[in-house]
Amino acid sequence: MLPTQPIHRKKTIAAWFQDRLAWDSISQFLAHKTVPVHSGTIWYAFGGITLFLFVIQVVTGILLLVYYRPTPAEAYESVQFIMTRVAFGWLIRSIHIWSANLMILSAFVHMFSVAFLHAYRKPRELVWLSGIMLLALALGFGFSGYLLPWNTISFFATKVGTDMATFVPWMGSTLGRYLRGGDAVGGATLTRFFGFHVAVLPALTSLFLLFHLGLVQKFGISTPPWVEKRFRGAGTKSAQMPFFPDFFLHELMVWYGALALLGILAALFPFGLGEKADAFAPAPAGIRPEWYFLAPFYTLKLIPGHVAGIEGEVVGLLGFGLLAFWWAALPFWGQRPDGTVRSKLVTGGAVAFIAYLSTFSLLGYLR
Amino acid sequence: MPPARRNVVFWIFGGGFIGSLVSFLYPVVRFLNPPAVSEASVNEVVGGKEQDLAPNAGKIVKFGTQPVLLVRIAQTEWRAFSAVCTHLSCIVQYDASRKLIWCACHNGQYDLSGKVIAGPPPAPLKEYAVHLRGEDVVISRG
Repeated sequence: MLPTQPIHRKKTIAAWFQDRLAWDSISQFLAHKTVPVHSGTIWYAFGGITLFLFVIQVVTGILLLVYYRPTPAEAYESVQFIMTRVAFGWLIRSIHIWSANLMILSAFVHMFSVAFLHAYRKPRELVWLSGIMLLALALGFGFSGYLLPWNTISFFATKVGTDMATFVPWMGSTLGRYLRGGDAVGGATLTRFFGFHVAVLPALTSLFLLFHLGLVQKFGISTPPWVEKRFRGAGTKSAQMPFFPDFFLHELMVWYGALALLGILAALFPFGLGEKADAFAPAPAGIRPEWYFLAPFYTLKLIPGHVAGIEGEVVGLLGFGLLAFWWAALPFWGQRPDGTVRSKLVTGGAVAFIAYLSTFSLLGYLR
Repeated sequence: MPPARRNVVFWIFGGGFIGSLVSFLYPVVRFLNPPAVSEASVNEVVGGKEQDLAPNAGKIVKFGTQPVLLVRIAQTEWRAFSAVCTHLSCIVQYDASRKLIWCACHNGQYDLSGKVIAGPPPAPLKEYAVHLRGEDVVISRG
């Protein structure tokens, strides 16, 4: 009888938790959940990859918090300490930066996939809008995190970025002071950006992420109009596969692939730290922002001081604002009142948007 | 409860709830607004010794909390400008090879009187006065 005792105990413990949590409902749910077969294609993987990289950001960010000190006197030195003295410090920081870059790239691919596959259609408008919000928050993470090492490049990127905010009509100067914690970029800006980066943005992102994923769960994975049409023509429902284990293992494999790429990039191309920021040093030649801000950076270079009597920065800011609004409103101009998609308009708009982003980013990098 | 009375209760409780939210948020908004820090006004600074800066060269000098670009154009000709680019507030520098003031952020260019000659800056650089006091190069508000 003795060998069977642990099994009995295990069963008893399981039953104790089952009585309190009713967790068999989770396994029942997973056993019955299905996803469309077409969601196994690569374009449906980028949402999951973005989420996976976000988790890596949270983990490595918490690790960096152990040593980082958010003051102008200590920030640069603490990052230097992480990179040179702390065991695997260089690797953790490199993974954090590479993961951030890959996460934003993956979020962009996910966004354009959704546009090309027309997954924003009714009733998924709010999924699209919350996704756009999550991308904006990711860019906010990038912008606020960029300043934290307190090096020359990050200092000037923050100067330019926060100065842009001061051109917002009516509330620009107040907004600029709120962001900087004063009239100029300095110690107050660093502590604010640190607060945004490790508390405000994670809290907002968690809320929007829950909303976004909750809606994805509610509505299921979207089926493109042409796939729907094919099955409707054949008089059948779209082909489904079990979420667990089929789709789950497929996702896990993709995540492992992303992890392998991240590991290779972080280990072979670690990020340097550059020079410590000096508020009284000129901006160095060849200064440019992170790749995802290159397109607006180059656009700002091209806009003259005044356009039709309006300051160039105001024109630039209005242009970027209108572009972002137009793109965020895609579900509303991308489908007709009867629910059918304006396929050519959306595809053309998305291609034009990608062409602008890639061409201006490339020019911003080269010039 | 009659609808009219229900509306009154709704507005009293609803208004009270919104009022309480405003009373919570107002101190938060005020807290986040950085207080104005008064700084001692600086009217002139010594930018260094005359022999420290060669002709056709420039350097950044602290003028209180503001950066100022001091340029020695020729042996006896000195100029000083606010070093804050009028485009998006980057710090400009003297480009000796082209004999102009240059902002590396968005390629803004100013001539040696501070006027915009190329790029996106919307306004000229503010000029400061420069004079020699013995060996000291003194920069003062123009």
